[in-house]
Amino acid sequence: MLTAAIWPRLDYSRVPYRIYHDPEAYQREQERIFRGPTWNFLGLEAEVPNLGDFRTTYVGDTPIIVNRDASGTLHALVNRCAHRGAMVRREMSGNAGEHTCIYHQWCYGLDGRLHSIPFRRGIRGKGGLDPGFDMAAHGLRKLRVASVNGALFGTLSDDVEPLEDYLGAPVVAQLRRLLERPVTILGYNRQRIRANWKLYAENTRDNYHASLLHEFLVTFGLDRSTQVGGVKMDGRHRHNITWAEAESDTAELAQEAYGAARVRSNYLSLREPELVRFRRERADLLNIAITSVFPSAVFVQISNSLAVRQIRPRGIDEVEIFQTMLGYADDPPDLTLHRLRQANLVGPAGLVSMEDGEAIEIAHRASKPDCDSTTVIELGGAGVISDRDYRVTDVPLRGFWSYYAELLGIEPAGAVR
Amino acid sequence: MTEGASGSSAGACFALYDLFATYGALIDAAEYDAWLALFATTCTYHIVPLENHERGLPAGLVYCDSRGMLEDRIHALREANKYNIHTDRHLIGLPRLIGAADDATLVEAPFAVYQTDQEGETRLFATGLYRDRIVVEAGGLKFRDKLVLLDTFAVPSLLATPL
Repeated sequence: MLTAAIWPRLDYSRVPYRIYHDPEAYQREQERIFRGPTWNFLGLEAEVPNLGDFRTTYVGDTPIIVNRDASGTLHALVNRCAHRGAMVRREMSGNAGEHTCIYHQWCYGLDGRLHSIPFRRGIRGKGGLDPGFDMAAHGLRKLRVASVNGALFGTLSDDVEPLEDYLGAPVVAQLRRLLERPVTILGYNRQRIRANWKLYAENTRDNYHASLLHEFLVTFGLDRSTQVGGVKMDGRHRHNITWAEAESDTAELAQEAYGAARVRSNYLSLREPELVRFRRERADLLNIAITSVFPSAVFVQISNSLAVRQIRPRGIDEVEIFQTMLGYADDPPDLTLHRLRQANLVGPAGLVSMEDGEAIEIAHRASKPDCDSTTVIELGGAGVISDRDYRVTDVPLRGFWSYYAELLGIEPAGAVR
Repeated sequence: MTEGASGSSAGACFALYDLFATYGALIDAAEYDAWLALFATTCTYHIVPLENHERGLPAGLVYCDSRGMLEDRIHALREANKYNIHTDRHLIGLPRLIGAADDATLVEAPFAVYQTDQEGETRLFATGLYRDRIVVEAGGLKFRDKLVLLDTFAVPSLLATPL
């Protein structure tokens, strides 16, 4: 039984390994997080630009259709036939005037309403549905949707607060910054990591690992803990922005710090240094801005590569990372090429991010047999959860767990928030 | 090459088969310098998820539009990157001539790559199609442009060693 007693400490500085491996936790997450009072990233409005365009996606395990109807309105629908529960739209993307289930041809409009049922009146007066069958009560279940600058979110909850309140001002500001101009989709990449989805959610909030696991970052000054940077959260500490400013340290300072920590920091050279060159695009200096939105979205700027990642749980032991690579619609060709080159840094083959896949797989594998032991989350101190203006910290992980515990109904009395 | 295409030169055909066989064998043996030597002085190497290719989207998983970028990839693989400890096994199907353009021959070949971990467990890692432009340079066949179209675009774990 999953209860508040699983937490050894009230500041979430100890997380029991069990939480990554417990089937009961997984079921409760689906019910109380993904189908509960959260806003889940569904995709970008730019992915369904035309009337009738649709894409399929997920909220947790639940399959979803996102489409634009004949009046241009966006809808998100649970992709499951009201009749027998079959997946109605099987394609990843396309353009259609309606959605018809292949099983018995029940047909739905782009707003989710049930339009027609074959042999509804039977044949020659025999069979079919009772005349009292209520078509209006058997549509595709609709999600509430809302957007920030074209980033579309949906919720299956009637209780959740408005989207911008849920995200909080710092996250809204980051999304407006990243999506300040109309975007264009450069492509997708996907990764199936054999680890629990929460290990990935933690990883995106873990500033401490970045320049230790990812030596590539350190060597080229893309992301070093000696840079001016930190972590910034919403009021409830469920989301996090990891940020750093370009060229805010020196190679000498970095070598001194990393040398003292016995971490290699300056041994690679590149034949094509454009790969790591940061082209400043805005008034601010940020070259790292990683915005993790609870529960399952990450908006990413690493140098000039821009992306949105969706964390898709695939059972207890596997997670899919679905990443959409972005540019701006008005990028000149040389900047598009620069973004395509810098896409080498991220994704499953990313010179930086490939390592995350390995790190969380080994954490998942080794933690499984000892579910009563715990992790240690104390970089930047234990106790209060708050923003930091330095980088050697993993405080935002405790914010994630605090909100997680609240939603799952396992928040201990007196716990920090 | 063109003689091979018309079937009049068994030697040219063998050279093409040998190029692909050597390509897979060198990756599997982790002999990446010798593998790089199979590419022309000016070359490109792209791994593109099939879902992007089919939609005309340009982003790749690996995007090397110069030889320097490809060499940087191998350098980073050796010196900086940490990844799942494994060995690769390439099974490359027979190459098929699909045309010629300028001084290059266009060739396609299907592949499967299995990965084996340290405990001897093997899993299918990827299938896909090579779509290549091959040229003669310094008396031998070299890859001028290698496009790896990746069927298995839900990449298992991560992609570190070349396909």
